[in-house]
Amino acid sequence: MSVNTDKNSYTMIFAITMVLVVGSLLAFTASSLSPNIDENKRLEKQQNILYAMGVNENDESSANFVSTADAPELFKKYIKKQLVIQDGEVTENDNAYLIDVKKEQTNAKAGVARKLPLFVGEKDGKVYYIAPIRGKGLWDAIWAYVAMDEDMIVQGAYFDHKGETPGLGANIKQRFFMDDFIGEHLLADGTFKGITVAKGNADPKNENKTDNEVDAIAGATITGDGVSAMIKSDLKLYVSYFKNLKNN
Amino acid sequence: MGLLSKKDSKLILDPLADNNPITIQVLGICSALAITAELKASIVMAVSVLFVLGIGNVVISLMRNIIPSKIRIIVQLIVVAALVIIVDLVLKAFAYELSKTLSVFVGLIITNCIIMGRFEAFALGNGPWRSFLDGIGNAAGYGLILIIVGFFRELLGSGTLLGFKVLGDPIEKSGLYAIGYENNGFMLLSPMALIVVGIIIWVQRSRNKALIEDH
Repeated sequence: MSVNTDKNSYTMIFAITMVLVVGSLLAFTASSLSPNIDENKRLEKQQNILYAMGVNENDESSANFVSTADAPELFKKYIKKQLVIQDGEVTENDNAYLIDVKKEQTNAKAGVARKLPLFVGEKDGKVYYIAPIRGKGLWDAIWAYVAMDEDMIVQGAYFDHKGETPGLGANIKQRFFMDDFIGEHLLADGTFKGITVAKGNADPKNENKTDNEVDAIAGATITGDGVSAMIKSDLKLYVSYFKNLKNN
Repeated sequence: MGLLSKKDSKLILDPLADNNPITIQVLGICSALAITAELKASIVMAVSVLFVLGIGNVVISLMRNIIPSKIRIIVQLIVVAALVIIVDLVLKAFAYELSKTLSVFVGLIITNCIIMGRFEAFALGNGPWRSFLDGIGNAAGYGLILIIVGFFRELLGSGTLLGFKVLGDPIEKSGLYAIGYENNGFMLLSPMALIVVGIIIWVQRSRNKALIEDH
């Protein structure tokens, strides 16, 4: 080939063409795949919510969701009500599970009253209240779905993360961590205290359920602190709903 | 390997041992430290890099005569970034679970110095087939070290392999833990990955003295 690839004009043309080609290729891929991706995300939310209330296919030690094929049906069957709490007003909304918690948190900072989704599920005659929460880990976002009873005692939890360190912070989505939350009290003497991910090995087998503490993962201090912080800040917002629930 | 000529099979086999990208060329150390606390993560990373480096090398090699040398590094970066993003999108659409495991690695793959290194050192000067073999070979050499390091770090650090408790249960005090064995939590931190890589380098060079540099 006799093109002079060192010429400035050639370099410019090459750069522009390359950007256009790669840019449109990426845009095309992203937009043509986005319906599939959105559908996957929707099903994942349903799976997460069901997981928190104990509708899952867990075996002895690993966490397994119900299959994506069954998720929509089971979601209909077990989730009796989807609520949105905004400014103390409670409304029913069948698409509450699609509310973007991240967006609501940003809005809240700008002064807009935050929409708080809450899912009321029922399994074997027992009622579960499931709230989505979101916070920051070491590298990126972490989030969770926490199922509680009417006394704000945790009945189940599903944690997930975007990019925590494998083997350390990423272990928050392992059973040994998530299962520790089951039975833990969020309230202490009627006031909200949250659950702290505590170092110090005070209760490694997690027998004390009213100490508002679970055992931390070694080497994952910042992720653990992020978990404590998001439980404190986000679940606190639901306290007044549960108070009203008891009074009525 | 009857399928490949002697020169070609050298491209694949050399990076596995005597010209290993991690232990000899000391490239790709950053990701080798970052993600080897678990064996599974090491394997996922090894496979991803194999894929990206194999295809990326072919793409760069096909473009090698038209890439302006002034902006070749940026062109390489665009190729690898586009490749990784497309793979990530496709996985998100059709293998969502797998894509969640991989999402951590996307950034680490793009910035992996082995990938840029092979584009620059090999694909820009060789044909697509040889570049493909070189990519596969180097990625395999990289993956091999990753898997060895991941194996020891997970075994000694957490007492598990691929998540299975192979040494017994540390809380129930069963298996090895019954006789007083303790996990070495230090193995989970990055400095120990460096030490494990160091030990591999030591063993490799003491077995083959020709690898020891003079200076």
